[in-house]
Amino acid sequence: MNSLSLSLELAVSVAVILLMIGMPVAYWLAFSNWRGKFLLESVVALPLVLPPTVLGFYALLAMGPRGPLGRLWIVLFGHGLAFTFTGLVLASVVYSFPFAVQPLMVSFEAVDRKLLDASALLGAGKWRTFRRIVLPMSLPGVITALVLSFAHTLGEFGVVLMVGGNLAGVTRTVSIDIYDRVQALEYGEANHLALLLLAIAFAVLCFVYAVNRRVWMPAWKGWAAK
Amino acid sequence: MRVAAAADLKFAMDELSKDFEARTGTKVDVTTGSSGNFFAQIQGGAPFDLFFSADMDYPKKLEASGLAEPGTLYKYALGQMVIWTPANSPIDIAKDKWNALLDARVQKIAIANPPLAPYGRAAVSALQKAGIYEQVKTKLVYGENISQAAQFVQSGNAQAGIIARSLALSPGMKDGKAWEIPADVHTPIEQDAVVLKSAKNKTGALEFLKFVQGAAGQAILEKYGFAIPVGK
Repeated sequence: MNSLSLSLELAVSVAVILLMIGMPVAYWLAFSNWRGKFLLESVVALPLVLPPTVLGFYALLAMGPRGPLGRLWIVLFGHGLAFTFTGLVLASVVYSFPFAVQPLMVSFEAVDRKLLDASALLGAGKWRTFRRIVLPMSLPGVITALVLSFAHTLGEFGVVLMVGGNLAGVTRTVSIDIYDRVQALEYGEANHLALLLLAIAFAVLCFVYAVNRRVWMPAWKGWAAK
Repeated sequence: MRVAAAADLKFAMDELSKDFEARTGTKVDVTTGSSGNFFAQIQGGAPFDLFFSADMDYPKKLEASGLAEPGTLYKYALGQMVIWTPANSPIDIAKDKWNALLDARVQKIAIANPPLAPYGRAAVSALQKAGIYEQVKTKLVYGENISQAAQFVQSGNAQAGIIARSLALSPGMKDGKAWEIPADVHTPIEQDAVVLKSAKNKTGALEFLKFVQGAAGQAILEKYGFAIPVGK
């Protein structure tokens, strides 16, 4: 159970961090007119197509004493980043990045530009328009981003296997724990954890799809309706 | 023919399989990983013909449960362990020996995962016998198999590793500093191989096992840091 709570802690941390980083990036991608925007979009989507081994490999190099991140960490804190919870958070933020940015970007883009123009004409600045119009209207996107980055981090395996070092309570996430138990032929315990994870994943996806189908629409009608 | 081999055999197996292919024309596909992982996979019907474990227990258990071809169990090598640090490490492992692991500059020590990898169990037992396990256990990080443990220290993420001598002699690591763990704390790991009952190419598997037992095979194993069991 220890490994499950560790995974939940990791997933919550990553989801919160990704929401904070993802919002400005998604905002810029949604509203910028720069022609080279597709370049950044491609970078954001990279973790979707790269195998975790590629990310894990580069993460391990970057976090080591010869890597930029590892060197910085050793100067600041006296130890490297690999085999630490912080290291896992950083690697997972990269790994789950598109799962936060893409839903945010899509929902920002879907906001009616006329409303934004009206808001500007009425004298609201960009930040005020974002807070009062874009954000409330994108609420399903925000929830989707939060929940998907949470769920994707919870299901992470390859990157953690490569940079975690399998430390109980620090880097042994539930997916690694299940793997170890299967290899050790402890099918009972493996099944117990796997079923729990299955149930959590199903509940999370139900929630995301329900939000996007606006199942609870009547409760929101006043302020999020189009 | 498919061979499952413990991760400490990674480099030796490359040469063994190439040599065997050149002699017989039989193609050998080698998969390396942790012995415990293979043991679980073979129980699940993995399509291997021959299994080289890094211990004696897994092959014996396979034989006991009827998954191995009776009479094919063979002790092919004795595995040795070293403490390894990168060439540029400030630690003088040959001089400080076990004390090197207590050095504050050694923040992480990589070993293989004890529940799954015989080398992991051997490393823990050696640390216990040397009397420093309690002091260093918070420094330990675990590779999924002995190769990953080696890679953790080779990449500099861990400052020292207790790894197979066969890996310390490999091209990527032979420039590092290694100290051979003496026999009083570490009895060489007896490694067995066995032909699997489900083998599709049983003749090939037996032939390969025979080749490993022969002079050419043993010379390759010795070259990669394995000792040959006495009386073979």
